[in-house]
This record gives sequence, C-alpha cells and structure tokens, in this order.
Amino acid sequence: MSDAQTHDPSLELDTAPGDEHLDGSGVAEGVIAYLIGLGLATLLTIASFLLPVVNLVWPPSIPVALTVLAIAQMGVHLVFFLHITTGPDNTNNVMALAFGVLIVLLVIGGSLWIMSNMNHHMAPMAGTMEMSH
Amino acid sequence: MTHVAAAPAGRRDPYALGHGEGAAAGHGAGGPASKRIIVGYGFWIFLLSDIVMFSALFATYAVLVDRTAGGPSGKDLFDLGSAAAETGFLLASSFICGLASLAAAVRSKRWFYIAMAATCILGLGFLALEIDEFAKFIIEGNGPTRSAFLSAFFTLVGCHGLHVSGGILWLLTMIAQVFAKGFRADIMRRFLCFALFWHALDIIWVGLFTIVYLMGVYV
Repeated sequence: MSDAQTHDPSLELDTAPGDEHLDGSGVAEGVIAYLIGLGLATLLTIASFLLPVVNLVWPPSIPVALTVLAIAQMGVHLVFFLHITTGPDNTNNVMALAFGVLIVLLVIGGSLWIMSNMNHHMAPMAGTMEMSH
Repeated sequence: MTHVAAAPAGRRDPYALGHGEGAAAGHGAGGPASKRIIVGYGFWIFLLSDIVMFSALFATYAVLVDRTAGGPSGKDLFDLGSAAAETGFLLASSFICGLASLAAAVRSKRWFYIAMAATCILGLGFLALEIDEFAKFIIEGNGPTRSAFLSAFFTLVGCHGLHVSGGILWLLTMIAQVFAKGFRADIMRRFLCFALFWHALDIIWVGLFTIVYLMGVYV
C-alpha cells in the first residue's frame, strides 16, 4: 500500500466526517450546500421562536412541536455542516452516530422516566416537597 | 487493490458489495484508511461522547427544572431576545466556519483568515451575551447557589459556554498554525477536527435554546 494510493481521495473507501468533497466542481457547489443548510436552520430557528407566540398550534402540543423542530434542525446541521450522509463511504460515521443517539435517548429518557415515577410515588408524603428543595 | 482502483471515483460502490471480493476497509483487504479519515473518525467518536456527557446534564436540568426553592423560575429570568441573538451569532459562526473549511480545501489563505476571523468575532459575540446574562443573574442574587434549578441551569449552559471558550482558543491556534506552517497535511487534520467541534457546539445549542429557553418560558 503506497502512500500515493492512500492519499488519493478518489481511492478512499471511507469519508471523514466534515470532510469537503470538491470533486472538480469547485467551491461554488460547497458554498451553495452551506447556504442551503444556513437557510433551513434559520427557518427552523425562526419557527421555534415564533411557534409559541403566534397561537397557531394547540398549546399543550407546543413542547412536542418544539422538540420536533429541534430534532429537524439537528438533522440539517448533521447533513449540511458535518456532511454526514447515507452513502456507503459514511457507514462508520452513521453507525457511531446511531450508537451515540441511542445512549443519549437512554440517559435522558431513562432519567426522566425514573424520576417522574419516583415523584409519583412520593407525592402523598407531606414535607417531601420541602426536602427536595 | 486493483479492483478498488478500477471503481470510478471509489464512491459508487466503495465496498464492492456483491462482487465477492473483500475490498471493504476495516477488513484489511482494502488496506488501512488514510490518517485523515482515522483522525476524523476518532474525533467524531470523541464528539459523540461529549454529546453523551451533555445528555446527562440535560437530564439533570430536566429533573431539577421545577425545584426553584421559592426563587425565580425560567419564566421570570430568561430573556428570549438575548437567547435569539445568541442563536443567531452561533448559527452564523457555524456557517462561516464551513466557508473556512472550503477556503482551506482550496488552499486559499486569504479567505481562510477572513472566514476564521468572522467565525471568531461571532463566537465572541455569543460569549459576551452569555456572560452578560450570567452576570445579571448573579448580581440579582440568582446565582447557581440560589436553587437546584439554577445550579442545573448554570452547569448545563455554563458547560456549553466553556466549550465555546475553548473552541475560540483552538480557533486562534489554528489561525496561528496556518500562518506559521501553511496548509500542511497535519494542520489540515487539526482544522478538520476544529470544524467538527465548532459545528457540534451549534448542535448542542439547538437543544439548549429549545429545552432551556423556549420551554422554560412557554411551557
């Protein structure tokens, strides 16, 4: 395996996360991709900040709507800024990301579930609210 | 190796799936991946573990958010205008950091310096707003010792702010290294990691402004 071969990007089997792919198309295509990402992220941010104000959705559904918008924006960042794709050269990056997401969901979901369950069972006891402060 | 070299641009079917020939990287047959890919992948794993650490802080915050000990809640404290400005600064800075990676990819020092300087200024703008917010809370007697809610708030948001501060130091180091050493392969690998780090900070901020600020005020 000569160095010349390993460093020729056209022969790489994998892609590093965040790597630029300027396959002869020049900078313009790269700038356009970042601009699309910026536009989508801006739209989603504005939607997040306006959603609770404009009285457009049923109020109890606002937390869910905000969560969906946030996850969508994280996806936009991953695709347009970190260049995570579904291509076969990105398999390792996507698998690592999937494992990270699994752990994040377990930590956050598990903590909330267990703590709300404990709060539920502690509620009838007088004085616990004071103690928990 | 001959099989891989024959594949057009190595992208259409890089693992030569279904061709009976084990050319997949990581299985030895295709040879080791280049240093750039190994470094980028390793740093990606670090970022994911950093995000897992933040998820623990998010969980702590979500559990403690109502424990205000008679003190102010998020609704009383948070200024959404300032949060929106911070979001704008960080998003713009992440975008311009992307332009800096393009400038580095085509080896344009001039545009690299311009983009990195803009990234730095926007990052500093974000930090200034955050420090101003923290100082205001502490002066009003609502520091991290006021309640469990505020302890969790300062830990979560402060940890992100520390990451941004570290990122700015790293950014300045990258400018200095490109100035002194040019776009050498090792400098380019460091810059790849820096760009990943900076974009990941913006992803964490998306969770922060949604869960802490928006849900704190409206839910």
